[in-house]
Amino acid sequence: MRVALFVPCYVDQFYPKAAIATLELLEKLGCEVHYPKNQTCCGQPMANSGYEHLTGGCNNLFVDNFSGYDYVVCPSGSCTLHIKEHLHADGKEDQATEIRKKVYELTEFLVDILRVKQLSASFPYKVGLHHSCHGLRGLRIAQMSELVAEPFSKPAQLLDLVNGLELVPLSRQDDCCGFGGTFCVVEEAVSAKMGKDRVADHISHGAQYITSADLSCLMHLEGILRRQNSDVKVIHVAEILNNSL
Amino acid sequence: MSTATTKDHPHLAAEFNRDEPRVNWHDETLWWVRAKRDIAAHKLPEWELLRETASQIKFNVLSNLSTYLEQFEANATKNGIIVHWAADATEHNQIVHGLLEQKGITKMVKSKSMLTEECHLNEYLKEQGIDVIDSDLGERIVQLANEPPSHIVLPCIHKKKEEIGDIFHEHLGSAKGESDPKILTETARQHLREVFLTRRAALTGVNFAVAETGEFVICTNEGNADMGAHLAEIHIASMGIEKLIPERKHLGVFLRLLTRSATGQPITTYSSHFSKPQEGTEIHIVIVDNGRSIQLGREEFRNSLKCIRCGACMNTCPVYRKSGGHSYHTAVAGPIGSILAPNLDMKKYADLPFASTLCGSCSNVCPVKIDIHDQLYKWRQVIVKEGYSPKAKTMAMKAMALTLASPTLYRMGGKTGRLVFKYVPFAVNNKLNPWYNQREMPKAPDESFGEWYAKRKGAKNS
Repeated sequence: MRVALFVPCYVDQFYPKAAIATLELLEKLGCEVHYPKNQTCCGQPMANSGYEHLTGGCNNLFVDNFSGYDYVVCPSGSCTLHIKEHLHADGKEDQATEIRKKVYELTEFLVDILRVKQLSASFPYKVGLHHSCHGLRGLRIAQMSELVAEPFSKPAQLLDLVNGLELVPLSRQDDCCGFGGTFCVVEEAVSAKMGKDRVADHISHGAQYITSADLSCLMHLEGILRRQNSDVKVIHVAEILNNSL
Repeated sequence: MSTATTKDHPHLAAEFNRDEPRVNWHDETLWWVRAKRDIAAHKLPEWELLRETASQIKFNVLSNLSTYLEQFEANATKNGIIVHWAADATEHNQIVHGLLEQKGITKMVKSKSMLTEECHLNEYLKEQGIDVIDSDLGERIVQLANEPPSHIVLPCIHKKKEEIGDIFHEHLGSAKGESDPKILTETARQHLREVFLTRRAALTGVNFAVAETGEFVICTNEGNADMGAHLAEIHIASMGIEKLIPERKHLGVFLRLLTRSATGQPITTYSSHFSKPQEGTEIHIVIVDNGRSIQLGREEFRNSLKCIRCGACMNTCPVYRKSGGHSYHTAVAGPIGSILAPNLDMKKYADLPFASTLCGSCSNVCPVKIDIHDQLYKWRQVIVKEGYSPKAKTMAMKAMALTLASPTLYRMGGKTGRLVFKYVPFAVNNKLNPWYNQREMPKAPDESFGEWYAKRKGAKNS
C-alpha cells in the first residue's frame, strides 16, 4: 500500500514531532510511506479568509505532489477537509478528483482503511480529547453532539487501545476551541476567550494532556496553557498512538 | 431600534469581552438553552427525519414561491383578510402607518415580530407620532431600555434580572432593588393589561402562513399576541414572503421542530390560528419582500430563506455566546443573521461572515437544515471579490499565496527562522500581534519535518 504523507505547512514548520510520529506509526503498521518533498500547504489559510481564488498555485502544486498514490494521509482533520472539499486544478481535474477521494485524516485512515484493532502503545496519563470541528463536523470522525444519532469516535476508539491512558470526560464534548484560522487574530478577543474556556473544561476534569487529531486547535490551546503557566500539555494523537509502539 | 454604529463585530465583541464574568454568564445561559434543546430533540427518535422533512417542504416552497403566495392571497382574501404587498421596509412601514392613520389611531400594541425590527418600524412610527408598545416581556424590557433585541427568541437574554429590576423601577414603578422574576413579571403584566385594554390596533408577526387555507399561525408563550389581536379593532400581521407552508398538515412538522429547537419546550403554550376577522374588526396582512427575492436569486444563498427563526443557531454558536447579540449590529444576530445581512448591505455587514470559526454547529442544530457554515464560507468569497476586504489583508494574502505555491520560497522562508509564516500573525512575537495578546507563540523547532526527513533518507541510503 503506497501512502503519501501530507504534512500541513504549520506542522512541518512548528510541530515536526507529530509528523515524525505519523510517519513512524504508518510504517510500523505496514504502509509504504512516501513524503513528496515539494509539498507546502493545502491553501486553506487563503480560502477561509475569502481568497479561494488565490489558491490556484497551491492546488496545482498539491496535485503534482500527491497524484498516483493509493492513499494520501494527513495528521490534520482541517487540512484534509479542505482538500476533500476544495481541491480543483485547471487541466488536472481528473487527478484532483482522484486525490479528493483518496485523502484521509490519520485516525479515520487507521480505523476505516487499516482497521487497527490493537496497538502496543502506552501512555499512562489522564487525557482530554479535543475534537476539531473540521474533523468532527466536516469529516465526521466522531458523532456530533447536536445530532440524534448513535455515538462513535474514531480517535477515542484508537486511544482506548493505548495502555494506561485514561480519557477524561468533558462538560462540553465538542464545543469549538476558537482557533478558526485567521479568526484567531481578526477576532482575537472571542478566539482567546473560547480557547480559555476549552482549556478550563479539560483542566477541571483532571486532564494532564489535551490531545486532538488537529494541531491547529492544539497550537491555539497550547498558547493559552503556556501563558497561564499551566502544567497541562498538548500532544498530537499520533504521538500518543506511536508512543513505545 | 438599532443603535447607529460604525464599529464592526471584532470591536464590539472585544468591548463585550472586557467584562469576563458577564461573558461567562451569557455563555452559560445560552449553553443551558442549547442543552435543553438537545434533551428535547433526543426524546424524538424521528428527530433527524423531521428536520429533513421540514427542509424538503421549505425547498418546495422556495421553488414555487410565487404560486404559493398567490394561492395564499386568494384564500386569505376569501376569508375576509385584507392583503397588502410591500416591496421593502419603507413600503411596509408606510402601509402600516396608512392603516392606523385611516382610523385615527395613535397608539398600537405589538407582539412577536422580528420583521418590524428589520424594517425599523418602531422608529418610523414614532416619527409619525404613533406610540408603539411591545407586549412580549423580553421585547418590552429592551424597548424600555432603549436597546434593540440581542436575540430573536430571547430578546433581553443579555440583561441580568437585577438590571431588569432597575429598568422596571425607573419606568414601571416597581420597588427599588426588586429583582425577583415573579414579581417583575407581575409588574409587567399589570402594566401591559392596561395597554391591551386600551389599544385599538395590534400588530403581530407570523410564524407560518398556510397557502392552502389562507390562515396564519403565531406561536407564543405569553398569550399576548392573542390578547392584543383579539381586543383590537384592527389586527395587522407582518410577514416575510418566505413564511409560507403549502398545507395545514405541514404544521405537524414545523410546530414540533420550532420550539424544541428554540427553547427545548415540546411546543409553545399558544399556537394561534388566525383565519378570518371577528365581526366588526379587520385583519390585514402585509407581505414583505425587503431583499428576500434578491436572496432567492442568489443560488448559493437561496436556502437561507428556509429559516423559521428558532434561534437555535445562536444558542449553539460559541462566537455568539461569547460576543453577545449586539455585536452583530443587525436585527437578526448570530450565524443566520450573518448569512442574511450581507444580502441587504454587503459593505455594512462585510464583517459578519468572518465572525465565525466555521465550526458547523449551527448547521447541525438548524431544524430546516440550512447549510449555514458553508454559506458563511461562500459569503467570504463574495465579499472579497466585491472588494469589501481590507487592502492590507489582500496584500498579505497575495504574498502568502505566492510563497505557498513555490516549494523553493517555502523552504527558504522556513530556514530563516520559520519566516514562511511572516504573513501569518501567530508567528510574530510582539505586542502588535493580536495572537500574543493572550497566547504564547508556538516554539520554533531546530528543524522542520522536511529538513528532518531529508537527513533521515540520506542516512538510510548511505
